[in-house]
Amino acid sequence: MSATADHRPRYVIGVTGLNAIDSPGPGVAVIRALRESPDFAVRIIGLSYEALEPGIYMHELVDKTYQLPYPSAGTQVLLERLGEIHEREGLDVIIPNFDAELPNFVRLASRLAALGIRTFLPTLEQLEARDKLNLRAFGEAHGLLVPRQRLLHRADELAAAADELGYPLVVKGRFYDAVVAHTLEQARKAFHQISAKWGLPVIAQEFVQGHEINVAALGDGTGRTLSAVPMRKLYITDKGKAWAGITLEDETLLQLARRFVAGTQWRGGCELEIMRTADGRPYILEINPRFPAWIYLTAAAGQNQPAALVRLALGLPTEPWTQYAVGRMFIRYAWDLITDNHEFHQISAFGEL
Amino acid sequence: MKLKKNIATSETGFIFNPATGDSFTANALATEILQLLKQDRSPADIKTLLLNRYDVEPNQLEKDWDDLVAQLRDHQLLD
Repeated sequence: MSATADHRPRYVIGVTGLNAIDSPGPGVAVIRALRESPDFAVRIIGLSYEALEPGIYMHELVDKTYQLPYPSAGTQVLLERLGEIHEREGLDVIIPNFDAELPNFVRLASRLAALGIRTFLPTLEQLEARDKLNLRAFGEAHGLLVPRQRLLHRADELAAAADELGYPLVVKGRFYDAVVAHTLEQARKAFHQISAKWGLPVIAQEFVQGHEINVAALGDGTGRTLSAVPMRKLYITDKGKAWAGITLEDETLLQLARRFVAGTQWRGGCELEIMRTADGRPYILEINPRFPAWIYLTAAAGQNQPAALVRLALGLPTEPWTQYAVGRMFIRYAWDLITDNHEFHQISAFGEL
Repeated sequence: MKLKKNIATSETGFIFNPATGDSFTANALATEILQLLKQDRSPADIKTLLLNRYDVEPNQLEKDWDDLVAQLRDHQLLD
């Protein structure tokens, strides 16, 4: 940490998830929010996995980028790489933004803290509890509505699942992908496609009709919700991602987020993916254990969740927000970022830019 | 009949339901009626005012009124 001319403290923050593609990572949005914090200035260290992650080349947002080893390389390799980066940059905080990398960062949290690098992450038990495979049981334990589901290890289990859950039937991968099947034949095809790509088990889930709503929330680890902002998806891509959305005023959704955070003592950012039925019942479809890609909307609505997470990570006092702007919208757009191929070569060959 | 308290309306006919995120555009007459509803005027009051202000038969007004109420209810804008 060092002082700047405007007397705000200046923190060096590492951020992953720089892939601002059609199914974007949250990193660029997190950085944008951090740069708008009135409390502190930042030097942003991008942490990338692929040389074509657009955030690497957004120099107005990212001061320097280093490549990280893939999560499958394990914690020791990651720790060594982060140690090298820390020696050069003096990282104060790291905000990981990918589901797949979170377990490694959680396992390393205390060792990173010993180096002086702070994180603010859920525990491994919290990650496991809200995993898609366990979500139904999790909902029952905490009084949350979750669609009925069956875990399938063989395609011939589909018929019984469909008899129980009815059609249309949602066939989901354990990590990603979901297909709405209207017949057993469609369900079988989806099972084979999804199991080939994402492995077993495949999830057969009851179809719930309604409006898709997401809530971005921040828990302080003691059961307190510091922020919760609901957003209705107004435009949805063929990958199910929100391309436009609007903040909502709905106490039911805020209470749902608070109940989740209190019940789990959630530590860090999270996103509740909800389907609200015509009669107003909110079904939780998924709980993501990190900020969503639309997280900048929380800052635009008056609750800068990424900036608050930095304060939590640093042990600074952070009070819950009570207000946010309702009717604030985001409309995502694609932008052809131009760079020179020497930058691409630099990050590809040397792992930094 | 009452509009939900949190429904936002503008003089230009824009309606926003902050609980659902839905937006609507109302025509000039519907906008006028919504403004009167927001002032807590009763349906009977509003109908009398419209009959005095516009060249419309009571039967036609009742039919149009019922259509509007059905749409407002359908879009969850009424208490």
